[in-house]
Amino acid sequence: MRIGVFVCNCGTNIAGTVDTAKVASEALTFADVVYATNYMYTCSEPGQQEIQRAIGEHGLQGVVVAACSPRMHEPTFRRAVEKAGLNKYMFEMANIREHVSWIGNDKAANTAKAADLVRMAVAKLRFNQPLFSSKMPVNKRLLVIGGGVAGIQAALDCADGGMDVVMVERKQYIGGKMAQLDKTFPTIDCSSCILGPKMVDVSQKENITLYASSEIESISGYIGNFTVDIRKKATYVNWDACTGCGACMEKCPAKNTPDVFNENLGSARAINIPFPQAIPKKAVIDARHCRQLNGKKCGVCAKICPVKAIDFEMKDTIVTEKVGAIIAATGYDLFDHSVYGEYGAGRYPDVITGIQYERILSASGPYGGHIQRPSDGKEPKNIVFLACVGSRDASVGRPYCSGVCCMYIAKQAILTKDHLPESNSYVFYMDIRAPGKNYDEFVRRAQEEYGVQYIRGRVAKIYPRGDRMVVQGADTLLGVQVEVEADLVVLATGIESSAGAGELAEKLRISYDQYGFYMESHPKLRPVETNTAGVYLAGACQGPKDIPSSVAQGSAAASKVQSLFAHDTIETNPQVALVNERNCIACGKCIQVCPFGAIQWKELRGGIKKAEVLPTVCQGCGVCNATCPPKAVQLQHATDNQLLAEVNELCA
Amino acid sequence: MKRVAYYKGCSLEGLAAEYDRSTHAVCEAFGIELVEIADWNCCGSTPAHSYDPLLSAALAGRNLAIAADQGCDMVMTPCPGCLKSLKGAQEACEDPGLRKPFVELVGRDVDGLKTVSLLQLLYEEVGPVAIKKAVRRPLTGHVLIPYYGCLLTRPAQKAKFDDPENPVSMDRLLEATGALVPDFPYKTECCGATYGVTRNDFVGKLSGRILDMTARLGGEAIVVACPLCQQNLDMRQDQINKYQKSALHLPVPYISQVIGLALGMDPKELGMDKLCVSPDILFEDRAEAEGKAQGPGAAA
Repeated sequence: MRIGVFVCNCGTNIAGTVDTAKVASEALTFADVVYATNYMYTCSEPGQQEIQRAIGEHGLQGVVVAACSPRMHEPTFRRAVEKAGLNKYMFEMANIREHVSWIGNDKAANTAKAADLVRMAVAKLRFNQPLFSSKMPVNKRLLVIGGGVAGIQAALDCADGGMDVVMVERKQYIGGKMAQLDKTFPTIDCSSCILGPKMVDVSQKENITLYASSEIESISGYIGNFTVDIRKKATYVNWDACTGCGACMEKCPAKNTPDVFNENLGSARAINIPFPQAIPKKAVIDARHCRQLNGKKCGVCAKICPVKAIDFEMKDTIVTEKVGAIIAATGYDLFDHSVYGEYGAGRYPDVITGIQYERILSASGPYGGHIQRPSDGKEPKNIVFLACVGSRDASVGRPYCSGVCCMYIAKQAILTKDHLPESNSYVFYMDIRAPGKNYDEFVRRAQEEYGVQYIRGRVAKIYPRGDRMVVQGADTLLGVQVEVEADLVVLATGIESSAGAGELAEKLRISYDQYGFYMESHPKLRPVETNTAGVYLAGACQGPKDIPSSVAQGSAAASKVQSLFAHDTIETNPQVALVNERNCIACGKCIQVCPFGAIQWKELRGGIKKAEVLPTVCQGCGVCNATCPPKAVQLQHATDNQLLAEVNELCA
Repeated sequence: MKRVAYYKGCSLEGLAAEYDRSTHAVCEAFGIELVEIADWNCCGSTPAHSYDPLLSAALAGRNLAIAADQGCDMVMTPCPGCLKSLKGAQEACEDPGLRKPFVELVGRDVDGLKTVSLLQLLYEEVGPVAIKKAVRRPLTGHVLIPYYGCLLTRPAQKAKFDDPENPVSMDRLLEATGALVPDFPYKTECCGATYGVTRNDFVGKLSGRILDMTARLGGEAIVVACPLCQQNLDMRQDQINKYQKSALHLPVPYISQVIGLALGMDPKELGMDKLCVSPDILFEDRAEAEGKAQGPGAAA
């Protein structure tokens, strides 16, 4: 084989601590290397042309580029060698940037290590075989997991483009957290007025299939051809029959059911439609609080229902959907402030969270939009807002900024003044983070036009004195301690990842960070892709986000899906396992270890059994290759011979 | 019988002798043998640790070393200040930079020892259930305020006991005696500490708030577990009354005294007579008035 080696300087990124010219000249001494050079930026247009020129001029049959991580530019160089007429798998990359130049200062040692890595890459390349991909049809249906505003936006964009969309939402209604909000910053437009029409669109579009009260059971397959099992949870109401009339809710005697939609302010019934504009507008029985389902005599709803939709015998069912792409838009949850003993650990009824205050402000909320205290129903005079409760606090494991609290406090303080002109609002803050369009102006309006008192400092303690709450904190600008007697305290609890985010990530085979937020493929340049092809992200599941950013990301993910679905077929990855039937002893170990179910039995003539890899299901992990006793299964492009050649070079 | 090394500390020799006496009485009642650390010395207190951390660690560490030599694996001290010094010695012994000089000064390592306060010992080794069972003279009808002070549960990384901001262990123990225990917001607020000597107006303000809140919540007594808190709230109560023009009369017994009382011990044996503000109100038997049907500890 005639091999060419190209050592990249990467400006000074590599050349600063590696003698690239020396690496190139040393490479010329390796077996089969007929050409070697170093170049300023190999990934640049002239750099790629230099590779293509050398392939033609020196009759190269294989190419090694020693540069950055293959994660970054392997596809770039594969395309370059393919254009020059080579098979794109006759190419190897040695990572001498992340693995060498960036992590050591000793130039001599770095140069020697870089040369070693190039030697290994050359040794492997000598065993490379041309590989060819096949084409697979793309199933042009999209699965959206999560029916918040990000998921809704993505679903509607794709549905408008004529694609079939399946939406799965674990709650009984879509709309997510935004459906619980009263008004939105910085325009103070009504949340349900701008979200409602979009929710209605989801329910009315013929090419959107909505599964509410449903969760993802399992996912198999790969880009273009996923198979998804969806668990439709027992609602005890036949939704095909239910008209959403609400007669059952009025008569249900289980009056002490926690009102989850209203954040446990007030109570609901065991059979419930959470809010008037709910989509789908269908009732669900809360099995934990239903009298009938807990062995007591009841069944009132079944008697009252005009369409006989109640079914106490209902069980969870599993439906299977086949899709070509998946958008995860599972949103967020709010920090549980009960870890803050100094703020009462959730003991005081008049110390509430921001989302609870949203429900209080909302006209469809527990108090009909009239601001009152949960404890005694009195109208509050002094209201204190605390920023950064569960944000920017490493002591509770939440060192990050939630990004939305400064804005929603300003909004709530403004609305408070609108509702109760005689009231006083105080905000304890660390810094004001208002970087969006018209955001800082909005906070200034709260301070200047609405007279909200902003106090820069943390609150040390909240405790009751009589029927009021004393908020004891510091004003770090004046350098004094301050005490405010409040009637109502609102904690701006921060954003955390959605409950169960980790388990779903494992089903999707995508990664998540230490806080449970899903990892994008590249923090700047691939913000809605994941490292699993065909799986995209939208909204706060990727990190704290406000409504505009969530919607923008929903549309961005939708556009990625549409560009995928613009193709009728996709190329399969030929770097998969392959069984050499002559060596296979039919022990079945590979079938047992394969995490993707990609290996099955195959019967040859005469009933002889052999293992067979389904190349479209195989993910190329190599577990079967390592397990196979006679080494009959080989992972293409990472065969035993190729790995051993590298090891031999290293140990030589 | 559980053997626990007992580090008394200087306060319990003098001003807080009643804390010492009642601690012994209560521990004996629950089958805990207190093994006094032989030839114990000062923990170093504030002067040592503000001068040299190693000196502080070595002073406190010597006591731990003796306790270990006496075959104990747990050291209890009723004083939160001493406890902090003992924990500091353990930290120094585990610190890679300080371990060598520490062992050189003290003569041995102090690995594997558990250091606890009296409150932690009673809460974890005895527990509210056992206390409730042992109560002979329930404090039913009495309203007691639990006050932990700044150090018992803090700093959290050192104390590793209860919630640093909203501790509840003393609440649970007091409830076990049959008393009514309101939610006290100033549980961990500062009493003014040693400012009692130099600036007693600070103590007037800070301890004054604690006493005021106690009265506001209808507390008859404020129960403590720290000799310094006790001193400020009890001995200086007249000064505080003068400072804030109040006429409070709130006894400040130690947790061990209150539990001892509920166990039916003689108040004299518990050193109740040593308190500055008379605790007589606690001796009233209100169980009868509350209704006999409730029986011992029914309020808990």
